[in-house]
Amino acid sequence: MPTRRRALLILAALLGLAQASIVLALMVGSLSLAPGEVLAALWGNDYGVAGEVVRSLRLPRALTGFACGGLLALAGALLQVLLRNPLADPYVLGISGGAGIGALLAIVLGWGAGGVNGLAFVGALGAMLLVFGLAHGEGGWTQSRLLLTGVIVAAGCGAVVTLMLAIAPDDRLRGMLFWLMGDLSQSGEPQLVMVLLVVVLLVALPFARELNLLARGADLAQALGVEVRPLRRGVYLLASLATAAAVTHAGAIGFVGLIVPHLVRLATGNDQRLLLPASALAGGSLLVVADTLARTIVAPQQLPVGVLTALIGVPVFLFLLSRAAPARR
Amino acid sequence: MSEPAPLLRTRALGVGLAGRSFCRDLELTVRGGDRVAILGRNGAGKSTLLSVLAGLRQPQAGEVLVDGARYEQLGARASARLRGWLPQDRSETFSSTVLETALVGRHPHLARWDWESERDVRLARQALAAVGLTELERRDVQTLSGGERQRLSIATLLAQAPRLYLLDEPLAHLDLNHQMATLELLVALARERQVACVMVLHEPGLALRFCTHALLLFDDGRVEQGTCDEAISSDSLSRLYGYPLREVTDQGLRWFMPA
Repeated sequence: MPTRRRALLILAALLGLAQASIVLALMVGSLSLAPGEVLAALWGNDYGVAGEVVRSLRLPRALTGFACGGLLALAGALLQVLLRNPLADPYVLGISGGAGIGALLAIVLGWGAGGVNGLAFVGALGAMLLVFGLAHGEGGWTQSRLLLTGVIVAAGCGAVVTLMLAIAPDDRLRGMLFWLMGDLSQSGEPQLVMVLLVVVLLVALPFARELNLLARGADLAQALGVEVRPLRRGVYLLASLATAAAVTHAGAIGFVGLIVPHLVRLATGNDQRLLLPASALAGGSLLVVADTLARTIVAPQQLPVGVLTALIGVPVFLFLLSRAAPARR
Repeated sequence: MSEPAPLLRTRALGVGLAGRSFCRDLELTVRGGDRVAILGRNGAGKSTLLSVLAGLRQPQAGEVLVDGARYEQLGARASARLRGWLPQDRSETFSSTVLETALVGRHPHLARWDWESERDVRLARQALAAVGLTELERRDVQTLSGGERQRLSIATLLAQAPRLYLLDEPLAHLDLNHQMATLELLVALARERQVACVMVLHEPGLALRFCTHALLLFDDGRVEQGTCDEAISSDSLSRLYGYPLREVTDQGLRWFMPA
């Protein structure tokens, strides 16, 4: 267990990393900028092309990416505790599937970015309520029942998504595939997700020590003074909303929500008081870096960011896993 | 002057699970210093009864009073400062160290924004020392043996420092010397700090030796209870387990062996 001081130091370091990732995202692109130029553009002293590019193109995209990455990592960390399953990720309960149906439908209908986001959110909310209602049943829900219900609903959504891909007109396919792999190029305004990231974190943090207990088992947590029922519902709602918001803005970006909590856990231990904020910062940074690479590696063409998160995350994760194994014995 | 409320009291308690009734109209009173052994066959409802007593499961009828109040009146946090519960089996999904796991017991004593203080760490270390796990403080719980894990669970409970201990098979997985050490520890707690223990046991001889009272839970939902001397005899145990048992006395200690 980290001391409070050590936790704050780790968070300060991660905050620095987050800022560095955003500055990098602002510097790199078809128009390369020096750090000084980026700062000048940010403070609004630069009314030229550079200022315009930084303020209205790169900054919103970087902030949206950061917020979505943070939300996904937070949702993953919360769901791994809720389901007591290290394999849980934000999409395991079918939220991305529901959002996918909504988004693809909007794309097939030829709606703009706003329509796609709106319908994706409706789909995510629908899947969330469906899983919650079905899993609740009589006598409250158990972890395995919630997990099974979620997996089945996700599978059903997956089938519908495949069906839509099969019958969609060719000219829409590329957009649909990009959405499914996660894509920040149409992400829109960052304010909403940024606020949501802060809100989710602020709501979750006071319950972090109770989440530590929940991770050790519901009965044990109850016996040690945690009101388990309301806590579980709250965590489910919070994680679902975080996922829905992220998926709505950036598509079903894989990997961040599964791997970032594990990365942080391997590096700092499983204390949710540190794990939750650290996951948010690390997840945001990872997504910003991945998105920066996605739009520059084969520029002017853009890659789906979901591919990059996996390509960066897999080797880092495997390295940490092999390094941590001897110490835990 | 009225007598202080008993640490645990049940009124007309009915306990059951999945359409089965384990006991009806149970009137149980446990005071500080008491050690109650729950004996019964597999599936007789011992663990279910214990989790109802711990407030983790709703009774079918009647009520459970801890220090004179129902669990709903107390709330989870205040309840956790009064009663502790030792689960029968415990699996850890995520890795954490032995010391971190013992520190979990301090949760009900900490306010929402508190971080574990040096005093909490000291209490957790004392608890680990009491069950002989000091050396393993930094080990990952996922690498512990079954018996070590059981002792760690007991240490977590000691760190929680409740007044009422509800223990579901506290001797499970323990070797003989740790079985005796655990029971001696509980008896010392009951004598010195006036805590009460209710524990599920499978060895009537140990119940006789370390407990003050016994509660026999029969398969058909009948309950026999009383002081150990009243409730435990070769006759009652033979009926309880459905197997003839013979009493053996050696140097004042009574044991029961399968006839």
